Amino acid sequence: MKHAVLILASVLLVSCKREERGFRVSPPSANEAMQGLRISTLIPGPHGTNDPSKGNALELTGDRGTNQPVHNDYEENAYAMSEGSRLFENFNCVGCHSHGGGGMGPPLMDDKWIYGSNPEQIFATIEQGRPNGMPSFRGRIPDAQVWQLAAYVRSMSGLASKSAAPGREDHLSGKKPESSTKTQSPKDSATPKPR
Amino acid sequence: MQNRTGTSLTLNFRLLLCIPIMALTGCSGMQSALNPAGAQAGRISGLWWLFFFVLTSVYVLVLIFTIAVFFRRHRSSLPLAPELPHPPRERRAQTIVGSAVGVTVIILFVFLFAEFATGHSLQEQPEPGALQIKVTGRQWWWEVQYQDPTPSRMVTTANEIHVPVGRSVQFQLQSPDVIHSFWAPNFHGKKDLIPGHPTTLTFKATTPGTFRGQCAEYCGFQHAHMRFVIVAESTNDFQTWLEQQRQPGREPGDETEKKGKEVFMSASCVMCHTIQGTPARATVGPDLTHLGSRPFLGAGTIPNNLGHLGGWVLDPQSIKPGVHMPQNNLSPGDLRALIAYLESLK
Repeated sequence: MKHAVLILASVLLVSCKREERGFRVSPPSANEAMQGLRISTLIPGPHGTNDPSKGNALELTGDRGTNQPVHNDYEENAYAMSEGSRLFENFNCVGCHSHGGGGMGPPLMDDKWIYGSNPEQIFATIEQGRPNGMPSFRGRIPDAQVWQLAAYVRSMSGLASKSAAPGREDHLSGKKPESSTKTQSPKDSATPKPR
Repeated sequence: MQNRTGTSLTLNFRLLLCIPIMALTGCSGMQSALNPAGAQAGRISGLWWLFFFVLTSVYVLVLIFTIAVFFRRHRSSLPLAPELPHPPRERRAQTIVGSAVGVTVIILFVFLFAEFATGHSLQEQPEPGALQIKVTGRQWWWEVQYQDPTPSRMVTTANEIHVPVGRSVQFQLQSPDVIHSFWAPNFHGKKDLIPGHPTTLTFKATTPGTFRGQCAEYCGFQHAHMRFVIVAESTNDFQTWLEQQRQPGREPGDETEKKGKEVFMSASCVMCHTIQGTPARATVGPDLTHLGSRPFLGAGTIPNNLGHLGGWVLDPQSIKPGVHMPQNNLSPGDLRALIAYLESLK
C-alpha cells in the first residue's frame, strides 16, 4: 500500500514537471555550462577526450573540473521542447539542418556528434558557432531559448525524455516524431581533419 | 398585507428592468454589433433588433397572462369546485391555443426568411476595385498586409487596420498556426482563419471612427489579448496614412536613437522583427517599421508609450504570460536608447 502511494505520487510529480509552463523561470546557468569549455580552440572537441595526443581536445580543468554533463530541466518539459521546436524553425536552423536529417549542416537525428552531445556542449555550439558555417548566436538568442533549443536538438536523436518530447510535427513530416524516435547513443566521432 | 406584496413586486420588476438596460449600455461603443459602422453590420444589427423586439413582446405577453392567471386564482378564495364539462369554455380555449400556435408558426417563418435574406445579402461579391488586405492571425497578434501589384508598395503592419469609408474592402484571412477568428463587430460577423485554407471577408465602412476587433476563436494562452484596432477614415486621410506607412523606418535623429538602433541590431530583437530600410528583416514577430505610430502594444494589451514599451521589452512574460517574445536582459542605458529609437519610428 505504502509503495503504491509512493509510486503514484512519483508518477504524478513527473507529470507535473512535464506540463509545467515556466514562462519566467531562469534556465540552467549559462556560466556553469561555459566553464571548462575552451573558446580559443578553432575546433573544440567533445567532452571526455582530454588526451593531448589527439591534438585539439578540450581542457576540462576549469572550475567544474569534471565531465559531468549539466542537467537541462527543459528535457523533461513538454512546453519547453515544443518551444524549442518552434524556435528551430523560426531561427532558420532548418535552413541547414533540415528537420534533423541535415543538409548543408550535419544531421542531428543520428548518433554522430562532432562537437559533443551533452546539453552544455550543444549550448556552447549554438552560442559560439562552429567552423564551416554554423553562425554564433551569442547575444542574439536569450539563454532560456538556447536551452530550449538544446533540449529539442537532443530530443531529435531520442536523448531527451520520451514522455515530454514533441509527439506531433508542425510541418510536413518525413520521419517519426521526437517522442517515438529510437534513442541513438552518441558515438565518439572522429574529429574533422583540417582541410 | 396585499399592498406590501404589491410594492415589493413593483420593486422587483424595476430591478429586473434595470438588468437588461445595464447590459445594453455595455454594448454601445467601439466593439459592439449594436453600433454598426458598416453596411454589413447594419444588416446584422437590423436582424438582431427584429429578433429582440418580437421575442421581447412575446415574452412580455406570456408573462402578463401568467401573472393574470395567478391573481385570478387568488381572488377566488372559495374552495375549488369540481370541474364540470363546459362546452363553450372548451371551445374558447381551443380557439385561443390554436391561434397562438398559428401566430408562433408565422413568427418563426418570418424569422427564417429574415435570416435567409440577411445571410444572402452578406454573401455579396466585393465591388471591382476593392481594397485588398491580407490578414494573418498568429499566436497572439495580427499581421496586416496591404496588397499592391508592385511588391515594394505593399505595406505590412500589425494589430492596426485602416480602411477608407465608402470603399469595399476584401480581407484575405489565413493562419500559419492554429484556428483564429477575425471579428470586428462594428463592421461584420465573425470569420474563421483556418490553417491551410484561406478564407475571405468583405465589408464596406460607412461611418468614420476608431473601433476594436478581437480574436473570437479560442487559440491558446493569450487568446483574450489578441485584439486589433480598426480605423475607418476618409479616403484622403487613408491615402496619407498608407503613403506614410510605405516609407522605410525613420533614421535615428540623435546620438541616443543611434545607439538604440545599434542595440536593436545586436540584441535578440533582430532575430524576430523587421524594420524596413535596415538589415532587420525577420518575420517571426510584428513589423516594427512604424511602431511609434501605433496606439497599443502586445495586440491591444497595453498602451504604447515610453514606460510601457520599456516594461514590455524587458519582461513581456509578466505582462502577457506565454507570449512568444522572450525576456530581455538589457542594461538601463541600452534599454533607454532602444525605446527612444523604437518610439521615434513614427
